[in-house]
Amino acid sequence: MKAYVTVMPKNGVLDPQGKAIGHALTGHGFAGIGEVRVGKLIELELAETDPAKAQAAAEDMARKLLANMVIESFKVEVR
Amino acid sequence: MKAGIILFPGTNRERDMGLALARVTGAKPAIIWHGESELPAGTDLVVLPGGFSYGDYLRCGAMAAQSPIMRAVAAFAARGGHVLGVCNGFQILIEAGLLPGALLKNASLRFLSMDCHLKVERTDTPYTSHFQPGAVFRSTMAHGDGNYFASPETLDTLEGEGRVVLRYCTPEGAVTPDANRNGSSRSIAGIVSENRRILGLMPHPENQVDPLIDGTDGLPMFESISACFATA
Amino acid sequence: MTDLPTPLEAARAKQLSAEFGLKGDEYDRVLTILGRTPSLTELGIFSVMWSEHCSYKSSRFWLKQLPTTAPWVIHGPGENAGVIAIGDGLAAVFKMESHNHPSFIEPYQGAATGVGGILRDVFTMGARPIANLNALRFGAPDAPRMKRVIDGVVRGIGGYGNCVGVPTVGGEVNFHPRYNGNPLVNAMTVGIAQADRIFLSAAAGVGNAVVYLGSKTGRDGIHGATMASTEFAADSEDKRPTVQVGDPFAEKLLIEACMELMATDAIVAIQDMGAAGLTSSSVEMAGKGGVGIELNMENVPQRETGMTAYEMMLSESQERMLMILKPGREAMAEAIFRKWELDFAIIGHLTDTGRIVIRHHGVVEADIELAPLESQAPLYQRPWVPTPKLPVLGAVPDPVGLKAALLTLVACPDLCSRRWIWDQYDSMVGGQTAKRPGAADAAVVRVEDHKRALAMTTDCTPRYCLADPEEGGKQAVAEAWRNITAVGALPLAITDNMNFGNPEKPEIMGQFAGAVMGIGAACRALDFPVVSGNVSLYNETEGRGILPTPAIGGVGVLEDVAQAIGLAMPAGHDLVLVGATQGWLGQSLWLREIAGREEGAPPPVDLVAERRNGDFVRAQILSGAVAACHDCSDGGLLVAVAEMAMASGIGAVLEAKGDHAFWYGEDQARYVLAVPAAAPVLAAAAAAGIPATRIGHSRGGDLVLPNGDAISILTLAAAHEATLPALMRDGA
Repeated sequence: MKAYVTVMPKNGVLDPQGKAIGHALTGHGFAGIGEVRVGKLIELELAETDPAKAQAAAEDMARKLLANMVIESFKVEVR
Repeated sequence: MKAGIILFPGTNRERDMGLALARVTGAKPAIIWHGESELPAGTDLVVLPGGFSYGDYLRCGAMAAQSPIMRAVAAFAARGGHVLGVCNGFQILIEAGLLPGALLKNASLRFLSMDCHLKVERTDTPYTSHFQPGAVFRSTMAHGDGNYFASPETLDTLEGEGRVVLRYCTPEGAVTPDANRNGSSRSIAGIVSENRRILGLMPHPENQVDPLIDGTDGLPMFESISACFATA
Repeated sequence: MTDLPTPLEAARAKQLSAEFGLKGDEYDRVLTILGRTPSLTELGIFSVMWSEHCSYKSSRFWLKQLPTTAPWVIHGPGENAGVIAIGDGLAAVFKMESHNHPSFIEPYQGAATGVGGILRDVFTMGARPIANLNALRFGAPDAPRMKRVIDGVVRGIGGYGNCVGVPTVGGEVNFHPRYNGNPLVNAMTVGIAQADRIFLSAAAGVGNAVVYLGSKTGRDGIHGATMASTEFAADSEDKRPTVQVGDPFAEKLLIEACMELMATDAIVAIQDMGAAGLTSSSVEMAGKGGVGIELNMENVPQRETGMTAYEMMLSESQERMLMILKPGREAMAEAIFRKWELDFAIIGHLTDTGRIVIRHHGVVEADIELAPLESQAPLYQRPWVPTPKLPVLGAVPDPVGLKAALLTLVACPDLCSRRWIWDQYDSMVGGQTAKRPGAADAAVVRVEDHKRALAMTTDCTPRYCLADPEEGGKQAVAEAWRNITAVGALPLAITDNMNFGNPEKPEIMGQFAGAVMGIGAACRALDFPVVSGNVSLYNETEGRGILPTPAIGGVGVLEDVAQAIGLAMPAGHDLVLVGATQGWLGQSLWLREIAGREEGAPPPVDLVAERRNGDFVRAQILSGAVAACHDCSDGGLLVAVAEMAMASGIGAVLEAKGDHAFWYGEDQARYVLAVPAAAPVLAAAAAAGIPATRIGHSRGGDLVLPNGDAISILTLAAAHEATLPALMRDGA
């Protein structure tokens, strides 16, 4: 099965990339843009067939490697 | 030659480029703000210098390519104007669709700041006419995303049309995988447009124009483009 | 009359004051100054202003003893950075600063924001940054987590410096297990300004607008300054959310916007919001100017919702400045900052009250008299014990021979090539870098539109400082002076970055005191004053101290960049050793790497000989007689020659007779010169009473030792280059 790990800057942590993109979009005339935040989506193909175990394994991977827990948070979706 | 250097937020090699152009023209070129919608009248050469426009956030060159001035640069190019893009400038030219391909992260996934040697594949372009045929010259590179990529068909087209102008090579001129530090397809360091008037390259020959700083190996490129307009 | 802020409940205030790092007697002093219990915001302001980081309360007594003046010094310590005249009406502005604790918690962002902070200290004064350097100390490469720290720190320094477009041109790296839990990241920036266009931080002009510039304020790094002043405990993982994220793109815009505004006459005073952010910048600017300041926190540009005055005053969000504008210049200044897509907000004004008053939506959150905040700041003369002198090392037999030792030494972590690191730093941007990393003993960067160039270096030998802090302090200064001399430049001034352990331990305070005495003696003897600096204490993990590390950043000047020489030895030259060799193996790298011992007194530094030998070498270089020059430091004479050979790929035949102590001893005040012919240089040295010897001749592709053993330069270079890439393989 597949696990989709979304890694985002933690709430409250500055996201320079999101900020610059927000500025640029506004500069291009797109109105009404609030905060822009940029993260990563990591698709994992897992041999595991039990969704709960796959979820746990992906969360472990996210905590240990995929996300930098100092500045990023993550969520895992298993399909 | 009347040259203009485009300044985007985050551009940082405009001074280097200004010094190089001043060496061959005798005057520091105009600096053109990215928010302008027109190039100065009588511009012969537009230069997109190196740096980190918009911090290289999103994709290198992507946001700069959408700047107001880039519409003017595209129109200038369509009229047959000469455009030089170095490093981030090359990335912007690609994002703006003025040159084909893409520049990916270096194969090592690290920023690479080092000497490189470049083989001049053609001397019949406005930027290379002052090099000897088959010349090899030393330059420097300083980039995180300089790994040139294009589909095999595009690469074949570029090669077939003689648009690959510079390749990474050893000091002796051998095009080898070891000399291709960023992992570019077919060791490509610089390509030109169909009319050969738009050149994009990753290395920084503008840093090799002064015997007291890092030698003059890059000077022939600026002498070449300047000579195009010498009698105009 | 203003309203008073709402005080905290007394017991709660007392408890919080301890959590914020204030000692009991320091808190009592807060109560006396205020005449009441502080509000939360007030307590926050006192705790950061009186932290070690901002108040230098343990170190001030000692730092005052350092020489800080010379005819060429324009501004010594006390401003954002030091300023010296370098001729042509130009000034060099420079400083080094530590970001040790943040770099351990989050290596990439810690190092990146360290670079950002020191850049701001320099361009705040009106100088365009022209070069970055760094002094790094890592733990043993195989220590847990260390690869990740090394990788992150190097990427962070590169990521920030490359993006802002300031070349990273030099630095140094050491590895030692004593840094396993507390690496050191010291970043230095050098900038150039017109000597008569320096911007200072003293606020003036009652009624003038207080302007906030740069990026928005978030909840980053709250209590970072107090964190930087306490030892790591095992729970420091929990302190992680206070990490700040750097935005080099915003910094680049801030540099350009400031340079543009500084070309006008609009600015009265300007200061970076560094550690302790808005608190330290507003308190220091008003305090130095002897005026009062009122701030309205609702006008502070905010990145997050619901921020309190306390959070905004203590936030350490990056890429921000505070500025006092002349009346009527607000609109012009704002237009410049808007053009560069930066925040610009008038957040207050100067008053004649001598107080700092913080309001948030009309409610007074803090009201403190400024004078006692500074004048009654704690100042400690901490108890200290001198570091016991170690006995001079006796004779040590040579277990492996010269050749095997050389191959080991050039590949050991402290001597191996740093190419893996500097290949990740853009050292050329700006088009003025005449001597890149690895090309010379000091980096050389020309001033745009001038012939004149600056030479710069960072130096310290922590193992000497541990063995004898005073000699180690002298040696750090002497080596910086020597490295600048070896390119032909005249050394002018230094910045010092004092990294030590817990000052509350008398033996650590003894290291600090010893180092200051040694630095002071060397600065006086070499006319090399301290113009800026930074102190980082409590560099200990679980009670174990780092090696005492007073990193020295030196700056010198060359009147013409064409005079600069490097260390690459050309073929067909005589090699001349300048300076006396006794064969001092105590605390040498040979002793540690070959004999496996870290023992003995370090090499003594004869400051008279340093001065005399260095002045001689510089005169020889400036007369055009020298093709290449390299000082003898770590690894001694043979390593110096090997480094000159590896830099050019040219070998040498060595003829001087001597044992392993002669070739690997680390006697100070020595240089190796490659000259077309030895005779005239030897004659000049003899005339000046300076020891000098011809030790060999450069030729071929091998280094031929006096005993006939030969090593190919390619073999040496391969060993020298292989170490770091092998250590860092597989990344972090």
